[in-house]
Amino acid sequence: MFCGNKTAPTPVLDNESTGEGLNDQSKTRRFEVIVLPHLNAAYNLARWLTRNDQDAHDIVQEACLRAFKFFDGLRGDNGRAWLLGIVRNTFYNWLEQQRKHTANTPFDEESHSLESAAPSQPYCNPESIQARADDARLLNQALARLPLEFREVVVLRDLEDLSYKEIAEVSAIPIGTVMSRLARGRKLLLADLGRSKQELTDGL
Amino acid sequence: MDCKEIVELLPAQVDGELGPREALRVDQHLQGCAPCRAEYAQLAAARAAVKKHATYFAAPGDLARRIERALPPAPVPRNRRVWSWPNAGALLASMLAVAWSLGLYMTLPTAADRLGDEVVANHVRSLMSDHATDVASTDQHTVKPWFNGKLDFSPPVNDLTSEGFPLVGGRLDYLDHRPVAALVYRHNQHVINLFVTPASAAKNLGPQHLARHGYHLIHWVRGGMDFWAVSDVDPVKLDRFKNLISAHVQPV
Repeated sequence: MFCGNKTAPTPVLDNESTGEGLNDQSKTRRFEVIVLPHLNAAYNLARWLTRNDQDAHDIVQEACLRAFKFFDGLRGDNGRAWLLGIVRNTFYNWLEQQRKHTANTPFDEESHSLESAAPSQPYCNPESIQARADDARLLNQALARLPLEFREVVVLRDLEDLSYKEIAEVSAIPIGTVMSRLARGRKLLLADLGRSKQELTDGL
Repeated sequence: MDCKEIVELLPAQVDGELGPREALRVDQHLQGCAPCRAEYAQLAAARAAVKKHATYFAAPGDLARRIERALPPAPVPRNRRVWSWPNAGALLASMLAVAWSLGLYMTLPTAADRLGDEVVANHVRSLMSDHATDVASTDQHTVKPWFNGKLDFSPPVNDLTSEGFPLVGGRLDYLDHRPVAALVYRHNQHVINLFVTPASAAKNLGPQHLARHGYHLIHWVRGGMDFWAVSDVDPVKLDRFKNLISAHVQPV
C-alpha cells in the first residue's frame, strides 16, 4: 500500500540530489561501506515498527535512497545510528500518511493506551517473571503490542545493542527520556506477558 | 540516594550504562532494599527475555540483492522523472557496482590503512552477498579440514560457543594479494570475520586497533599467523574475541 500510494510525494533522484560537488563514485563507495552494511539493522527496526514485511521492505528502500541523497550530511562515521534515524523518520512520515488516509478509523496504535497495559498485579517474583518471559511466541506478541514509543527504544537497545546516547540521537529524545521509556516499556512488556499467561491458563 | 533516585537509575544499571562509582552505589542500595531489588529484577527479566526470544528480522535477500545486483552502468538521469521502485533500485545498484569495482583499486596512504580498508571491504562484501561462508558449520573439525588443498597453510580453527562467540563457518577470501582463510564467528547479532594468513615474520606483533566507518579492526601476529578481526561489535568485546583466539594459538 506504500508503493501504490499515488498521493504521496514522489521522490526523485537527479543531479542535484545525488552529490553535487562530490565525486559520485567516491560518494557511492563511502555510502556502500558506511551505510549499506547496516541493512539488517534497518530492516529489523522497520519490521518491528511496522509489524509487517511489505511495509518494512518499502520503508527500508525509501530510507536507503534518502540516506544516499543526504549522505553528505553524515558527520562522523556512525553509519548505523544515522541510517536507523532515517529509517525511523521515514517510518513516522509513512505513519502520518497512513493516519491521514484512515482518518475515519482510528489507527490501532492508539487502541493500545498506556492504561490498558498497566499491570494488574505486582510481579515481584523473578522466577515467575522468567517463566512467563520464557516463551518466544508470547514475548514476540507482547513486544509487537507495545506502544510505539516504548517498542522503538526496546528494539534499539535490546536487539540493536545501541547505547543510550545513540538511541537518544536516533529517536531525537533526551537520554533521560530514553531511560524512562526503557523502564516503562520493559514493565509494560512484563505486564502484557503476565496477562497472556493468565489467558492461556484460563483457557485450559 | 533515596529509592526514587535509585529507581530512575535502574534501567541504566540493568544496561550497564552507569559509571563504576554510580553502579557501585546502586548495587549497595539494592542489597539493602527489597522493593528496589524487585524493580531491578523486573527490568532485568524483561531485558533478558527480549534479548533471548525476540525475533531479529534480517533484511530479505531480494532487498539486499536489489542494491548489490551488478547491472550495466546507468547514467544518473538528467531530467526529473517520476519515481518507481524498480528504476530506483536498478539505478542505485548500478551506481554501487561501478563504484565498488573502481573503489577496490583505490590506493591509500599506508599499508595498514590500505589493508584495513581491504579487510572492511571483505567483511562488508561477505555480509552483503549473504554468502559469508563457503563451509557453514559450527564444528571446528569440519571447518579446518575444509581448507585442506585450498590454501598452502592450515589456519587455527576453534569454536568459541561456550565463550559467547559461536563459529559459523569459513570461506576463502583474498587479502593483500593472496588467498586467505576467512573464519566467521558470531556474537549475538554481530558477525565477526577473522582473516588468517601465515605471517611474513615469525615475531609476535600487536595488537593494533583500528576503526573504520563504524567498524572495529584488530590486527595482530601470533604463533607465526597474521590475524585481522573485524566487526561492528563493541571494541571491548572484539578485544575479548582476540584474546580467546590468541589463547588457542601457541606463541612461537
